[in-house]
Amino acid sequence: MTTATNTLTRRPRVNLTVIAPLVALLVLIGIGMALNPNFLSWANITNVLARSAFIGIIAIGMTFVITAGGLDLSVGSMAAFVAGLMILSMNMLTESMGPGLPVIFAGIAIALATGLAAGFINGILITRAGIEAFILTLGTMGIYRSLVTWLADGGTLSLGFEMREMYRPVYYSGVAGIAWPIIVFAVLAVLGEITMRHTAFGRHCAAIGSNEKVARYSSVAVLRVRLATYVLLGVLVGIAVVMYVPRLGSASATTGLLWELEAIAAVIIGGTLLKGGFGRVWGTVVGVLILSLIGNLLNLTDFVSPYLNGAIQGVVIILAVVLQRNTGAAR
Amino acid sequence: MSGAILALEGVTKSFGPIEVLHGVDFALHPGEVHALIGENGAGKSTTMKILAGYLDPTGGRVTFEGKPITFTGSDQAEDLGIVMIHQEFNLAEHLSIDQNVFLGRELKRGLLLDHKAMRVRTAELLSRLECRADPGAQVSRISVPDKQMVEIAKALSRKARVLIMDEPTAVLTEKETEILFRQIERLREEGVAILYTSHKLGEVKRIADRVTVLRDGVMVRSDRTADVTEDDMATAMVGRELSDLFPPKITAHGKPILVAQNVTVPGIVHDASLTLHKGEVLGIGGLVGSGRTELAEAIAGLRPRQGTVRLNGAELPAGQVAQAMRAGLAYLTEDRKGAGLLLEKTLRENLTLPLLETFGRPLIDRKREEAALDRAIADFAIKAPDRGMAVGDLSGGNQQKLLLAKTLLSDPQVVIIDEPTRGIDIGTKQQIYSLIAQLAAEGRSIIVISSEMPELIGLASRVVVMHAGRIAGALSGDAVTERGIVGLAMGMDGSSKDHAA
Repeated sequence: MTTATNTLTRRPRVNLTVIAPLVALLVLIGIGMALNPNFLSWANITNVLARSAFIGIIAIGMTFVITAGGLDLSVGSMAAFVAGLMILSMNMLTESMGPGLPVIFAGIAIALATGLAAGFINGILITRAGIEAFILTLGTMGIYRSLVTWLADGGTLSLGFEMREMYRPVYYSGVAGIAWPIIVFAVLAVLGEITMRHTAFGRHCAAIGSNEKVARYSSVAVLRVRLATYVLLGVLVGIAVVMYVPRLGSASATTGLLWELEAIAAVIIGGTLLKGGFGRVWGTVVGVLILSLIGNLLNLTDFVSPYLNGAIQGVVIILAVVLQRNTGAAR
Repeated sequence: MSGAILALEGVTKSFGPIEVLHGVDFALHPGEVHALIGENGAGKSTTMKILAGYLDPTGGRVTFEGKPITFTGSDQAEDLGIVMIHQEFNLAEHLSIDQNVFLGRELKRGLLLDHKAMRVRTAELLSRLECRADPGAQVSRISVPDKQMVEIAKALSRKARVLIMDEPTAVLTEKETEILFRQIERLREEGVAILYTSHKLGEVKRIADRVTVLRDGVMVRSDRTADVTEDDMATAMVGRELSDLFPPKITAHGKPILVAQNVTVPGIVHDASLTLHKGEVLGIGGLVGSGRTELAEAIAGLRPRQGTVRLNGAELPAGQVAQAMRAGLAYLTEDRKGAGLLLEKTLRENLTLPLLETFGRPLIDRKREEAALDRAIADFAIKAPDRGMAVGDLSGGNQQKLLLAKTLLSDPQVVIIDEPTRGIDIGTKQQIYSLIAQLAAEGRSIIVISSEMPELIGLASRVVVMHAGRIAGALSGDAVTERGIVGLAMGMDGSSKDHAA
């Protein structure tokens, strides 16, 4: 059929947008190598990766939420709240059970369960009560942030010294010189990419984000899939916290501040559409790396003040969205 | 040609390497209704978009009042009085009717908007169109035919000299179509040049002074409407003689397979009961808005309902689409673009969406998906230049075939097809009709909902007619006539009142 042109006013997605994030990452790495020979050193690389793992793990979940046409602004304060609750209960358990591995396992279980519950609350209110995701998660963002401040009584919740020493290796050690957070991030990224591309759940997320009505008419369980994306994100926040707490051993009102924006930015830079309908996890991983490399580069060089980190990240985010837009002349 | 206000001379248009218009000559004269007809994908939309300044021609030229012109965009064309009414509405859903009518050229008093004047003018325009919608009503809350009327009111308010209408009657009832025709006649008398497209050849014959047929991007013929018959037009469109449009009906049916009793959708459908037999093609007629679609959606589990629906004796719970589908009931929506297909996604992703779980768990087996698409393309004669293309870039007919393939993927025993051929060219229509007959011959049972009388009469051996949310009656055998259906649809007391339809 050479004349299927009735509606051919849209152009197919330009290939540039597919590889743009990768190109940007490579350019950043190139700049880094040129400016500072230490940039590609093992120590620097693992440092950057380990720091980006928390945001990265959350951003994987955010990719599913956004692909299905949703949004979650609460993840940063949710992480703080989960961390606070985890530390608090671990301290209490240490008092009753004495320090030991069971306390760590209990703490991990509490973190994961709290994350799951928090994600479920977001999801159920969005899907069943029909509250706009932006508004609802804006609300829960405030609630979790205030809860952690309250738990910490305005100060800092710190893990007991013995437990901190015992839990430390989860962040600082690893396998073959690769820290645990990096390994967990990598494994979750691979699983996430497979889930997005090759399972019915991933396809359903994209279908719902693309056109919810079509998905419903195609007998996709729209509400259940939507809910599942928020629950998944909540669990991933829990996992991120499990990796994060051993790093500092404390949580306060400023823990996880602006993580939600970094996670959303990473998702968008990676090529997932903010309005939903198309998402890719590998892009999100690239987005996370781009964002943390910018910060790292500014720290390593005295070219630009590290205080301008936010400004440069902002420019990158805007550029990413501009590139995403189809360049076809739409009149 | 002299006296043409807007004309194309040897216009070609290419999208990438593909040329879709091959040297088209076409002229619009003041005070003349010129119909442009052709199958989907023949190049009608492209032609209209070039005339209205939405697209530039690749070759040839556009002339306005005899002088060549290159539009900088549709805005400039509109400033010259060339207004196009799109098939898909161009209305801001959240604004009111009057805000839409004056969008972009609001009336002002000093710096501020003159709300009152705009509302009064809108009310005048609507009353001229015999449309009873409130000018202050939000567009998202008015019916589809009313939206069409708002589009037309918008065009009228622009003092159009050339009015291009892309299938304006596709969503209108016959009564509304009559009103539209009166407006078209009035505009013709005022000297407006009108381009009109429709798949309904009867309408073309009735309203147009001149008819031009496009086929595969070539202008096949252009005649005064008085000199050609509908058959001539249809033959020119498809380029071959049309054999009988409808396949023979099957009249022998088996036992009841789908029984709906006292189905009520609050406020829309009241107490509707119907029975479908094995191997039967049952038609549902009635005006747009009579509750046909809502009844079908309620049966298919897409809407909350009261009353019972039994498939093969087993009750289908309300509001459970997936369960209905697993039980063997599939519904094909009338809203192809809004509820049927994901326009940005590929053919494969659309085809397998309802049944993804059966294509491998936990991981989807891409090969089986591709095989299913191969089968669908072959079975339904889907013409797609590229398998990986977005479904939105397919022609309407091919979209409909894909939607059929998607609906039938679950191998349903009962298929409800809502407006099987809306906005589809006559060649594809014929294919879809024979497909429906074939499905019935295979022992499947089919409900066809349609606004097109010939379709109901040609396909269904029994027709249930709805009026104002209720089943007004049923006709079967030789009683299935246009007059019978219209009578029931308009709420007149039908001859055979048969509530146990």
